[in-house]
Amino acid sequence: MRKTSVIRRVVPALAGAAATALLLAGCGGSSLNQTAAADGSKASCGTVNVALNAWVGYTANAAVYSYVAKDKLGCTVVQKDLNEQIAWQGFGSGEVDVIIENWGHADLAKQYITDQAVAVDAGPTGNKGRIGWYVPPWLAKAHPDILDSKNLNKYASLLKTSESGGKGQLLDGDPAFVTNDEALVKNLNLDYKVVYSGSEASLIQSFRAAEKNKTPLLGYFYEPQWFLSEVPLAKVNLPKWTKGCDADAEKIACDYPDYTLNKIISKKFADSGSPAAKLAKAFSWTNADQDSVATDIQNGMKPEAAAKKWVDAHPEQVAAWLK
Amino acid sequence: MSATLTEAKETVRTEPSPNPEPRRRRPSRRVVLLGSAALTWLLGFLFLHGTATLALPTSELTDLHRTLNHFNSWVASNRTDNPVFLYLLSPLRTGVDAVANAFTTIFAASTTGLRLPEIGWLGTVALLGWIAWAVGNARVALLTVAVFVFFGLQGLFVEAAYTFALVLTAVLLSLCVGIPLGVLAGVSSRFQKAVTPVLDFMQILPSFVYLAPLALVFLIGPASAVIATVIYAAPPIIRLTAHGIRGIPENTREASDSLGTTGLQRLFTLQIPMAKRTIVMGINQGTMAALSMVTIAALIAAPGLGQVVVRALQSLDVGTAVNAGLSIVLMAIVLDRVTTAASERAKPKTQRRQSKLPRRLRTILLAAGFAIVLVLIQLSRTVLWAAQFPQEVNFGPDIVNGVAGASDWLQTHLSLLTETFREGMTVSLLNPFQTVLTDTPFFIIFAVLALAAYAFGGWKLTALVLGCLAAIVYLGLWGDAMATLASTLVATVIVMLLGVVFGVAMGRSKRLDNFLRPILDAGQTLPSFVYLVPFLGLFGATRFTAIVAGVIYAAPAAIKIMADGITGVSPTVVEAAVSSGSTPWQVITKVQLPMARKSLGLAANQGLIYVLAMVVVGALVGAGGLGYDVVGGFVQSSLFGKGLAAGLAIVFLGILLDRITQAAAFAAPARSHRTAKPTPNSVPTTKEA
Repeated sequence: MRKTSVIRRVVPALAGAAATALLLAGCGGSSLNQTAAADGSKASCGTVNVALNAWVGYTANAAVYSYVAKDKLGCTVVQKDLNEQIAWQGFGSGEVDVIIENWGHADLAKQYITDQAVAVDAGPTGNKGRIGWYVPPWLAKAHPDILDSKNLNKYASLLKTSESGGKGQLLDGDPAFVTNDEALVKNLNLDYKVVYSGSEASLIQSFRAAEKNKTPLLGYFYEPQWFLSEVPLAKVNLPKWTKGCDADAEKIACDYPDYTLNKIISKKFADSGSPAAKLAKAFSWTNADQDSVATDIQNGMKPEAAAKKWVDAHPEQVAAWLK
Repeated sequence: MSATLTEAKETVRTEPSPNPEPRRRRPSRRVVLLGSAALTWLLGFLFLHGTATLALPTSELTDLHRTLNHFNSWVASNRTDNPVFLYLLSPLRTGVDAVANAFTTIFAASTTGLRLPEIGWLGTVALLGWIAWAVGNARVALLTVAVFVFFGLQGLFVEAAYTFALVLTAVLLSLCVGIPLGVLAGVSSRFQKAVTPVLDFMQILPSFVYLAPLALVFLIGPASAVIATVIYAAPPIIRLTAHGIRGIPENTREASDSLGTTGLQRLFTLQIPMAKRTIVMGINQGTMAALSMVTIAALIAAPGLGQVVVRALQSLDVGTAVNAGLSIVLMAIVLDRVTTAASERAKPKTQRRQSKLPRRLRTILLAAGFAIVLVLIQLSRTVLWAAQFPQEVNFGPDIVNGVAGASDWLQTHLSLLTETFREGMTVSLLNPFQTVLTDTPFFIIFAVLALAAYAFGGWKLTALVLGCLAAIVYLGLWGDAMATLASTLVATVIVMLLGVVFGVAMGRSKRLDNFLRPILDAGQTLPSFVYLVPFLGLFGATRFTAIVAGVIYAAPAAIKIMADGITGVSPTVVEAAVSSGSTPWQVITKVQLPMARKSLGLAANQGLIYVLAMVVVGALVGAGGLGYDVVGGFVQSSLFGKGLAAGLAIVFLGILLDRITQAAAFAAPARSHRTAKPTPNSVPTTKEA
């Protein structure tokens, strides 16, 4: 009895599934997708997977690259939110074709470009990157000597918070960002604790509040960065960077190097001859360009709209990328 | 553990820990042991604090961590030629990827042409509505249709479809793995014994911890996400399947045996059909677990709603996060209701409420409905407005802007209040508590926990606890483990306060119970992730945010267990107390709470496990400790080994807390039968009763 009731319910379901399958197979020819796919004259570019890292500068690069690829080359662009180091893993699996702003990562370059040969360096983006420790302008004005890392211990008690366990607080961003701060604090014998705020957005929020309310704050920050035109943060001088001083990650006691930001694309994508790969190699602009797009995005524009605005204002530069 | 609770009682005035009862009967050995544990701790902290704390700065590694780091590069360099990868893992990945791809192509987006799915939104809505009707009833079908249309109105239909497709893939694969294993565990005691600790392990492990090692082995993408989800969703299915098969009355089985059935016949004609309803309940729990995991798997490039939430968390965009969070909540409700309705339908006919429709008519209607569904599917394949949700009717931006406006208003006008509250709690409660744990020498904590374990569970438990503690020390993460423990305990204390207050209120008032229970049920089905969103807006990215989220995440479970416990107190006893002139307060404190002592312990147990899971996920918004190590190891390859070690340390911490609280809960009365331990997000069995 029970068995028959099961059959009664399962049979129509199975029949339904079979009918669906038949329908999908039978009527497939007329689907919108396939009509579009058949009309492949301009879709020779195919699909490009762009990794999307979590800072606005990167978003600006990715937005302009995606807009040009989509609008001028007719590619299908898929953006994927990924952490910067995780994104590299995508080169091997085919999940990621383009990282459009890369900060150093010599270890990953060795692993994925040299050893596994699944990625290639697509040249600099034209942006110069700088990482360091920054304080809000009012604090630099009130205590000019805070800008030398040797004096930081003097201010440890000033920078104490409920999160820093009796020491001074050094506010970092996303745990995924490139950082030597823990090692620096230890090796420079600073009486500080690194506290992670979790994201670029909360770093910016903290700096903005610190400047507005004149509260003390020391934090990790970087250029190119649109926010610096809103609040010109002052950079703290760490011991000068020399070649090789950051070779051992646990023993670093020097400033961050100047980064030549570059693009990384997957080997398969580079060899595919896709016009989007050519575009990725040619893509290059200045810090000011990136800041202008990033500022627009930050002021509430959709990344795509901000990218369109910039592209429309710089037709020759874009034409040069596409040559 | 229980010593901590006792200590907390002095400062926070929480409910009694599960041990006051024996005190009255006899000032037993247990009380002496617990007292000496507290004393040891007090003396140890006073005289030795700051020594032997085994703290390891965040960026520093132990040799073990470096060794594990090598595993990372070893996998990378051996992926192409090692036979394990070549013949086992890579084909597995390809296979899972193909299945996941098939489903995402059908529901979410194809990789060609306009990237339209095989079935457009109209067809998807119709098909899912019809399925909900077929397996459940017309009510849940209507709910399904309404919710999926609402996704479209939110402007999130494609994302929701991706999430749904991945959940579907994961649940189907979990069933393929889970039901055979569950049946095996149901019929073979030996297998059951072997598999139970593994299931415990898999369920204590917070979902987050799975991602890094799996992404390492299977690379990022939907395939890894699905595999992680299957691992996370299969345990409840296995457990409940086994439970269902074991729950068949002995005499029924004997009756079948006396007819001369063979083992296999018995399985297919008796055991599986009779266990059907429990199995469907397992599917329900597995589905909820899957949804929770699929959203978090956004971190390893699983497409869908999770990505929207992750992106919004990173840009502190509360409006977008709430919009996507709402979709996840609605999806959870739909999946829960449909699978619950299915389990209702799976009840034997005699126990089921008779439906109004005669069976034959229902079948005819279903067939007719299916014909309409087919028409709609074909429509959604050929007409653009039926394929792609019309952009014009989209009030997603309104929701986003409205919530963002409200959150901005709250932040500007309430920031003083929320900040004062946060600072006050952090400085007066969390920091001292954390200091007590992190600054006490490790051997003192060893001694304290060993004494407490011995008091509750004898030598066996003591050995287990010491083993777990030693493992944490070996993993090099003692300091971080203590920081996590502090956050977890603070949150659990608050959870228990809520549990007792609301549980007693619900236990005493049927009306309040009827009102609150559906809300709590809904609260339990939500993925942990979603809870971070509103509190991030209120409190910013700090440990405190994670704790508040953990409290809200764990409270429903604790409240329900307490409410059931209070309801379960025999009414005659309560009446006797009332008639002898006790005030309501006396009835609560002298009769109901002491008699619901076991529930208190159980609530503490579940509260701890839920909170622990949340505190780890909370590392995404600034919580420290082991959770941060896991996140750090996930995103920084130089910290990979440490993250892996931290994941293991969380398991040991979880096992330790779980076993001590369980022992405490069941210590005084005879150890009773323990039912399947609900996962986080599980729907408790009491609901269907």
